[in-house]
Amino acid sequence: MSLSEQQVTQIAYLARLSLSGDELKDNTQDLNAILGLAEQLGAINTDGIEPMAHPLHMTQRLRADVITEVDQSEVFQSIAPNTGNKHYLVPTVIE
Amino acid sequence: MEWETVIGLEIHAQLSTKSKIFSSAATKFGQEPNSQACAVDLGLPGVLPVLNVEVVNKAIKFGLAVGAHINQRNIFDRKNYFYPDLPKGYQISQMDIPIVGEGEIEITVDNEIKVVGITRAHLEEDAGKSVHDMFNEYTAIDLNRAGTPLLEIVSDPDMRSAKEAVAYAKKIHALVQYIDICDGNMQEGSFRCDANVSIRPMGQEELGTRAELKNINSFKFLERAINLEVERQQDILEEGGSVLQETRLYDAVKHQTRSMRSKEEANDYRYFPDPDLLPVEISDELMASIKATLPELPVEKKARFIADLGLNEYDADILTSQKSLADYFEATLKGNEKNAKLCANWVMGELSALLNKNQLEIEQSHVSAQALSQLVARIGDDTISGKIAKDVFKAMWEGEGSADSIIESKGLKQMTDTGAIEAIVDEIIANNSPQVEQFKSGNEKILGFFVGQAMKASQGKANPKLLNELLRKKLS
Repeated sequence: MSLSEQQVTQIAYLARLSLSGDELKDNTQDLNAILGLAEQLGAINTDGIEPMAHPLHMTQRLRADVITEVDQSEVFQSIAPNTGNKHYLVPTVIE
Repeated sequence: MEWETVIGLEIHAQLSTKSKIFSSAATKFGQEPNSQACAVDLGLPGVLPVLNVEVVNKAIKFGLAVGAHINQRNIFDRKNYFYPDLPKGYQISQMDIPIVGEGEIEITVDNEIKVVGITRAHLEEDAGKSVHDMFNEYTAIDLNRAGTPLLEIVSDPDMRSAKEAVAYAKKIHALVQYIDICDGNMQEGSFRCDANVSIRPMGQEELGTRAELKNINSFKFLERAINLEVERQQDILEEGGSVLQETRLYDAVKHQTRSMRSKEEANDYRYFPDPDLLPVEISDELMASIKATLPELPVEKKARFIADLGLNEYDADILTSQKSLADYFEATLKGNEKNAKLCANWVMGELSALLNKNQLEIEQSHVSAQALSQLVARIGDDTISGKIAKDVFKAMWEGEGSADSIIESKGLKQMTDTGAIEAIVDEIIANNSPQVEQFKSGNEKILGFFVGQAMKASQGKANPKLLNELLRKKLS
C-alpha cells in the first residue's frame, strides 16, 4: 500500500496542515516509507493474534466517581485569545 | 411503487455520574458557563484522562439489561475532527471493541411484539456547547458539557415505521431510567436520538441510501422527522432522482429537515487507539456484582403484573412503560392487592386524564399514590361507589383533603343499610305503577329507570348491588 500526493493533501487538510510543494513531496515519501516498514508484517501469519491496542501490557486504572476539581475558569480564560460572558470566543461558525 | 421504510437509531444516553468520564470535574446541568471545565476537559497540554469507574459500571448494567455480550476487554479510540467545541481536536470514543456488543430489546406496536437488535453500545465523551446567537461576530463556547459521559446505543436497522422507531426509543428511554444509569431528561439533552432513515422498494433485500437525522429532542419530533424524511426520499426516487447520503438537521419550528453539509467533508474521522488510555479489563467478579444490583426490568415487571396480578397485556404494557408510572401503580396497589385491576383502571383512567389535561408528569401529580390507594380501598370495601369516587378524586385533586375526610365531610358514604334502601325502593314502586306494569310484562330494560330514580333519591349513595337485588325482589 502506498499513498498518492492527492491522498496526502487530503490527510493534511483534515489535520489542518498546510504543506508546500516540496513538503508535500517529502511527506508523501516519508509516509510511504513508514507504511512500507509496517507492510513487512504482511509476511507473517497473524491469524488468531489479538491486535495490540497499547504497547504497555497493563490495563486501565479506574478512578472513583468523585468531584475534586474546583472552578478555575478565570485562570484558564486569562490565557485564552478571546472571551466574553464567561465563554470562550471563536470566529463565527456557520452551520 | 410501494416502498418499505428502514430505520436504525443511534441514542446518546448521558450516564448519570457526579463527575466526568475522564476528569474529576462536575457534570451538573445549568451551571455558570465554563465553571465545570477543568484542564483535562479543556485539553490543556500535559493532562491525562483517567476513566471513571461508575461509567464502566453503568455501561455494563445496560449491557446486562439487554442481554448483550459484554466485551470484558475493550478499547478507547480517538475520533478526529475539528470543531471549536471539541478542544482536543478529537473525541475519545470506542470504535473496534466497544464495551457492549450485540443485544436485543422487545417492543410492542399495535399489540404486536417485535424484537429489535442492538448492534452495540459504546462509551464516549460529550463535546461542549456552541452558542451562535450571543455575539454578532463570534461563536461563544461553553465547555461545561465537554467530557460528560455518554453511552451511544446503536440499533440494527430493524424498524419499519416511525411508530416502531418511537416505540423502540421509548423502550430504551424507560430502560435506562429503570436501571438508573441516565435521568432521561430530553429537554436538558440527557437523552438524544439520531435516526438513520432509508427507503427501498417493497421486497428488495438491499438497503437504500440513508440520511441521518439529527437534532431531535422529543418522541413527537422523532416521529414527525422520520415521516417527513420518508416523504422526501419517496418524492426524490419517484421523480427518478437519487438520495444523497448526508446528515440532515430537523427544524421543529419550520417542520422541515435541511442538509448539514458542513460536517460532510470532514467525515473521515481517522480513528486510532488512544495511547493515553490502556485497554479496559472487566473481571468476572465485577460482572457478577453488577448483575446482582440489576432491579426488576420492565419486561420482567410486565410479566409479573400479568401472572401475579391478573392484568391484561395492554394494561401491563402501559403501566410498565415508565418507571415512575410503575412505581406509582405499585404504591397504589399497597393494601389493594385484591383489586389490582381497579388500581390499574384508576391510574390509567382518572389519574392519567387529569395529568394530561394539566400537562403534568406523574411525579407532579396533585394526588399521591398513597392518597389514591386509600380512595381505591374505599371502593373496594363498598364505602363508596365507583361513581361517587370520581367526585371524591376531583376534590382530592383540588386539595380538599384525603379520601376518607372528603367522604366524611361531604357525607358520601354509601348507603348499605338494607332498610333505608328498601324504603326508597318501596316509594318509587308505589309512585310509578305504569313502569311497574311494563317490567312485569317482560320489559327488563325498564329496571334502569328504577335504578336511576333510586340513585337520585339517595343522592347517588345507594349501594348499586344491593339496590339491584332489592328492586328485582320487589318487582317480581
